[in-house]
Amino acid sequence: MATSVLEHRAPAIHHAHPKTGIWSWITTVDHKRIGILYGATAFLFFLLGGIEALIMRLQLMGPNGKLVDPDTFNALFTMHGTTMIFLGVMPLSAMFFNYFIPLQIGARDVAFPRLNAFSYWVFLLGGLFINASFLVGAPPNGGWFGYANLTSSRVIAATAAAPAPGMNIDFWVIGLQILGIASIAAALNFFVTIVNLRAPGMKMLRMPMFVWMSFVVQVLLLLAFPVITVALVFLMMDRNFGTSFFMPDGGGDPIMWQHLFWIFGHPEVYILILPAFGITSEILPVFSRKPLFGYTAMVFSGIFIGFVGFGVWSHHMFATGMGPFADTFFSMATMVIALPTGVKIFNWIGTIWGGSLRFTTAMMMALAMVALFIIGGLSGVMHSAPPADLQQTDTYFIVAHFHYVLFGGSIFGLTAGAYYWWPKMFGRLLDEGMGKAHFWLMFVGMNMTFFPMHFLGLNGMPRRVYTYPPGLGFEFWNKFETIGAFILAFSFLIFLVNIIKTWFGPANAPADPWHGATLEWSIPSPPQEFNFPKLPMVGSSVPQWDARRAAGGHLPEPALVSGADIPMPNPSYWPLVSAIGVFLVLGSLLFIRVNPVHWWQFTLFGVAVLFFGVFRWAFEPPH
Amino acid sequence: MDRRPERVGRAWLARTVLLGLVILAAACADNYPQTTLNPRSDITRLIDQLFRTTFWWAVVVFVLVEGALVYALWRFRAKPNDPEPVQTHGNTTLEIIWTAIPAVILVLIAIPTVKTIFKTSLPAPNPAVEVDVIGHQWYWEFRYPKLGVVTANELVVPQKKMIGLRMWSADVLHSFWSPQLAAKRDVFPIFSQTKLKKVNPLWFTADTVGDYTGQCAELCGIQHGRMGLRVIVLNDADFDKWVAAERVGSPLVEGGKVPAAVDSVWKADSIMTKGATTFLTGGCISCHAMVGTPLAGAMTLRGPNLSHVGGRTTIGANMYENTPTNLAQWLRDPQGMKKGSHMILPRPLTEDEIATLVAYLRAHK
Repeated sequence: MATSVLEHRAPAIHHAHPKTGIWSWITTVDHKRIGILYGATAFLFFLLGGIEALIMRLQLMGPNGKLVDPDTFNALFTMHGTTMIFLGVMPLSAMFFNYFIPLQIGARDVAFPRLNAFSYWVFLLGGLFINASFLVGAPPNGGWFGYANLTSSRVIAATAAAPAPGMNIDFWVIGLQILGIASIAAALNFFVTIVNLRAPGMKMLRMPMFVWMSFVVQVLLLLAFPVITVALVFLMMDRNFGTSFFMPDGGGDPIMWQHLFWIFGHPEVYILILPAFGITSEILPVFSRKPLFGYTAMVFSGIFIGFVGFGVWSHHMFATGMGPFADTFFSMATMVIALPTGVKIFNWIGTIWGGSLRFTTAMMMALAMVALFIIGGLSGVMHSAPPADLQQTDTYFIVAHFHYVLFGGSIFGLTAGAYYWWPKMFGRLLDEGMGKAHFWLMFVGMNMTFFPMHFLGLNGMPRRVYTYPPGLGFEFWNKFETIGAFILAFSFLIFLVNIIKTWFGPANAPADPWHGATLEWSIPSPPQEFNFPKLPMVGSSVPQWDARRAAGGHLPEPALVSGADIPMPNPSYWPLVSAIGVFLVLGSLLFIRVNPVHWWQFTLFGVAVLFFGVFRWAFEPPH
Repeated sequence: MDRRPERVGRAWLARTVLLGLVILAAACADNYPQTTLNPRSDITRLIDQLFRTTFWWAVVVFVLVEGALVYALWRFRAKPNDPEPVQTHGNTTLEIIWTAIPAVILVLIAIPTVKTIFKTSLPAPNPAVEVDVIGHQWYWEFRYPKLGVVTANELVVPQKKMIGLRMWSADVLHSFWSPQLAAKRDVFPIFSQTKLKKVNPLWFTADTVGDYTGQCAELCGIQHGRMGLRVIVLNDADFDKWVAAERVGSPLVEGGKVPAAVDSVWKADSIMTKGATTFLTGGCISCHAMVGTPLAGAMTLRGPNLSHVGGRTTIGANMYENTPTNLAQWLRDPQGMKKGSHMILPRPLTEDEIATLVAYLRAHK
């Protein structure tokens, strides 16, 4: 039976610690505050990635674009992809994991609150590290997939303009290693939290769908990230220590990198989309006033997607010439994934079918997520056929496909989550009028930007080209897409204004503004530090609806309680010190080639900081 | 040209704008010289047929599913004083049906997929012309081992004959893509001193005479975006004539030696003699093989073989028309013409030298 670890701890003296001010945020171990930190940081990185995209769109607006030079363009798409995946969508999902997994399972915090703070600080430092490359003029430029041997080679990849290899790829390799530590630590934390800290009565098959999809994501993270970690270590050794893991002139094989990268990279795709699936599965029932259709099928299709997601990686490599048998295997495995995905889509339609639909911004975003994901799924089936993929891979058709999946799917889903859960997080409802303007402009801009990419790709425009010559017929749609991209950007400006306006607006959100189904709506908005004064008893997958029904349709506003007798973990800055230690250890690797004699002294210093941080952390009293 | 999709397009346009746009794009394939939707060879036609199969299935699914979604949005929108909807939790029969139907559709896509995989991914059984394709940062080298030709960036082939490509790279990964004729395949570095030899096959039989564009499709460094290529399809007579011309001074024919008769003509020609001297003293020779110079037979230099560059239609990997002005500017400022290119002049060339080299290079057809 799942009970809270926190509940069993001996009551300790509740230290008087600051509740406001910068120091309270630096030392916080409260999952809600860490969630907000994740969200704010990730949103800033997301805007940065968006600006990178806008510069690319301006460069491609017409043929022979001269806005940026070719190397800058390579850096822009590399950093756009890296930023959006590792610093945008993943941490935005982590915001929701942090804030809502404990609330939805009826827990007072995550299993390891200080580890949670550590994950955030490592993520922040990793994101700053990768982007610091811009400041020293060496941004990563080998693509977010970093294919060896372009990234491993030290001689042949050098250009006439820069004969010695720069630190560009080193920033990328080390930055991803830092971010990987944050992801693995967070995944362990949420995995244990979901397994151990569920409220009494919340069986696995009563968990909210968002928690279920998050659970699958944590498993994927735990299994996928070690693979990229190993691959990145190999790549770093090739670059710095003369090994030949991926260098053909020393007997290595560049295709090995592709296998390792995509064994991580394909599950990564599901890491990006499943949280949005979970959010959509929360929102549609609430605004249809009907429970999720086919709950069990939804759970198992999510698990199935995660499982088969590990067996399809080579569909990213059909053009490498793997031979007909491997092509057939990976093609069939890929097509099979369409089945559980289809089940999800049909169940969503089944959920709204016969309901009473309220078109709030959150609902519209979630419905658009379903509608747009269908398009991305169908184009995915088109290039699951290897011969067709021989024309489509590395073209704008693929760019269209994954933006329908990741923008249409993930970003619409996460934005839906933001509108849905904003009142719970901040006690204020986002403005619905501005929300709808945001929605429509985002929807139109999204389709204007990405739909014509299907035409461009099929009509011969490859990806990752800094420009294209006139006469290939690419001019019209590229200009059209650039206009669409600015409409898209403008929609997020409205969102930003909405956030600021709401920030200074009145605290107008009741505990349960939407008549939600899950436990987070049973407590005040925003929740108190300890979340639940008394751990709830759960009898179904829609406990808040049960409570509302039992109360005759009207629930009283939950009262604020003192909670002085509830033991909560102390704030701590040792997670931050430990994160700085990790940052110094890995960051020192940047200087291997710059200072081959002394770089390791930097590493030793980092090890000392890390050791000191972890030591003090280990012997710190918990309460 | 192909008018069929246009006619079909009109009928569909009324039903859905998006669908109409897709067909419009297909109908306008004439305006896209690099399109994949207007196949001009046997292999690209096989691929196109498979694509159209999955495309139309996708259209059917798209219309039905999005249709159901949009219908539900409209039909079940909340009205004032709606009673609580019926709290259904699922329907096993329905769920089995909507899992089974997509499974059947997938099987209908999978069968032609597997058939096409086995037709397209194996090496050519009996190619009439064999070409070795070698990717370089940032140009394409084409060697015809049996015909004794080495050239760059413009793959010249006869029509209606099976062309067998064997492809690899001299440095990083590239991807050979000729959308209308040969689709796409990655090329991998191959180093003779190791056992690793990943040579990728590709084959095609071009329908008709024509000039087709293509380009590298795998990120390969700063100039990936302008690593273009052309495939020029000739009739048999023109192809034979081209081969005969290219064989003169080819590294594959007597190590680049030219016949005595040709040699004596060149010795008497001031453009040829002055040009050859400038090619040596200007430093061009350190990267480029050139007929009539000591390194005419070299196969492993970094730059493209220039022996018959005057006969090519473009320079800089399909980036500029091969005109005297462009060639002169290329020799004056290669980094300005193609930033990051490996073409670095050991020393700036004088205007006299540039004029000499332009005349000399253009004389070598």
